[in-house]
Amino acid sequence: MASNASTAAPETMQWDSRARRMVMLWIPLCCFLLILLFPFYWMTVTAFKPDAELYDFGTHNPFWITSPTLQHIRKLLFETSYPQWLWTTMGVAVGATCLSLFASTLAAYAIQRLRFRGSQYVGLAIYLAYLVPPSILFIPLATMVVQLGLFDSPMALILVYPTFLVPFCTWLLIGYFKSIPYELEECALIDGATRLQILRRITLPLAVPGLISAGIFSFTLSWNEFIYALAFIQSSENKTVPVAILTELVTGDVYQWGALMAGSLLGSLPVAIFYSFFVDYYVSSLTGAVKE
Amino acid sequence: MSVTTAPELHWSKTRREPGWLTKFFDNKAVLVVACLLPAFGLLGVFLTYPLGLGIYMAFTDTTIGRSGVWVGLENFEYLFTDPIFWNAVFFSVFYTGIATIGKFGLGLWLALLLNQHMPFKSLIRAIILLPWIVPTVLSAIAFWWIYDPQFSIISYVFVDVLGWRETNINFLGSEWPARFSLIVANVWRGIPFVAISLLAGLQTISPSLYEAALLDGATAWQRFRFITFPMLLPILAIVMTFSIIFTFTDFQLVYAITRGGPVNSTHLLATLAFQRGIPGGQLGEGAAIAVSMIPFLVFATLFSYFALARRKWQQGEGND
Repeated sequence: MASNASTAAPETMQWDSRARRMVMLWIPLCCFLLILLFPFYWMTVTAFKPDAELYDFGTHNPFWITSPTLQHIRKLLFETSYPQWLWTTMGVAVGATCLSLFASTLAAYAIQRLRFRGSQYVGLAIYLAYLVPPSILFIPLATMVVQLGLFDSPMALILVYPTFLVPFCTWLLIGYFKSIPYELEECALIDGATRLQILRRITLPLAVPGLISAGIFSFTLSWNEFIYALAFIQSSENKTVPVAILTELVTGDVYQWGALMAGSLLGSLPVAIFYSFFVDYYVSSLTGAVKE
Repeated sequence: MSVTTAPELHWSKTRREPGWLTKFFDNKAVLVVACLLPAFGLLGVFLTYPLGLGIYMAFTDTTIGRSGVWVGLENFEYLFTDPIFWNAVFFSVFYTGIATIGKFGLGLWLALLLNQHMPFKSLIRAIILLPWIVPTVLSAIAFWWIYDPQFSIISYVFVDVLGWRETNINFLGSEWPARFSLIVANVWRGIPFVAISLLAGLQTISPSLYEAALLDGATAWQRFRFITFPMLLPILAIVMTFSIIFTFTDFQLVYAITRGGPVNSTHLLATLAFQRGIPGGQLGEGAAIAVSMIPFLVFATLFSYFALARRKWQQGEGND
């Protein structure tokens, strides 16, 4: 035992030494950051490069822009219906988020707080619903959407997105409601509040951080959704940004890389900005949801 | 004075009798049903019903504009003789397997790095999640550009900067390079989620365990093998289930970068189902391809649940 202890002590000393820390921590971490961020850098650089630089690596260093231009962004905003696509996506994302927040708050409250018999199984059923991927559902859903007369309408997306948003938000909110002391509600019950009053006056105000993170998740997930939007929307003006960039901007054999990258950059910005405001909620609820 | 009398006045007032609607909603059974109705309505109509409909459609010859008739196993019989289908099955399994190994290996490494004390920790954590936040299709387009046969930045680095190669790399032009290019893009997108989730798991491990191990003379590897890894297993199981399911049924990345090409070698089951079902119009056949994913998904879920999550019950935390 003594020899073991003596080998362990220098090792911890070594671990704290600067050189070792440099090799074990900072170099790999910087490689990770470089690789994870490089596509975004490349996207940005391409979006602001004039075509002449874009297709000539010989005379221009491709990693840098010598004469930045806004031509790709101007082309995108004024020669395509990009603003329209942004609006549609925004509308769909906000609509689907509100709908799923409403449904999942009530469901999470019922499952976590009303404590009826079998509430665990209801929770499990909602969890299982999250495991059904959209790739299996899009074909039958497409026929349903046509039968409901919603084909090519953003309304179809608002109604369909909650299928993957509601399970996720409910799961997240159940975890959040769990963290609110039940005693507060008991006090209110003794004071003669009805259950709906408790939900509105006590539980919901306390659950605001949880609601915010569920809202951000829903918004980003609906902004990113692709397969349903690709299958259900046909006309150019109703397309969402991810679908429109891939189907409207990729034309012919010569790809307009500048415009494509500008479109991807602009399409990523709203979620990135939205995310940066609420990043703490996002990370904590993501980790919280996993811990559940 | 008025401040003190006001509550008293309020106190002596008899409480307003609640209306029948309030009473009705205060009934617990009514309230439970009312609260669950929106969620279950949405999920029932747009998830459970289409799931059943999809399984039914797999046994019909539905095409766009014509509701089909029951044809039994004909779709599956046809698919089982179709080399493109088998190729898609192979690539889906291969893609999921390699990408999962890559994501979890690198993600665990990144999580272990992030678990150490360092300046700007929360900023680094926020930046790392970016690939996961940004719409997959849009980052896939960036990868498509990075993999361009003529103007690929990776080719530029290898050919012009390092001088290791003579010719540009043809990433997406032939079978295997295209497959691996897609896997790399998928791993790139998957690392942040795995890393942040596992980091959450790492932070729940009590430092006293490591202190005890250090006193007992455990090496760094032993500490990882006998403390970190077992304590991380429950979260690893959950994250891996999700990762496997969503990698296996991935659609966006492949559709954006290769659309199944070159010569159908990179079709996943989801992209093949889409190609046959929506542009091809063979809804029945597309549904059959989609339905054939279900056994794999059930298997993957059960595997990760029973193989990995059992640890959780052993620790006596199974009832949440």
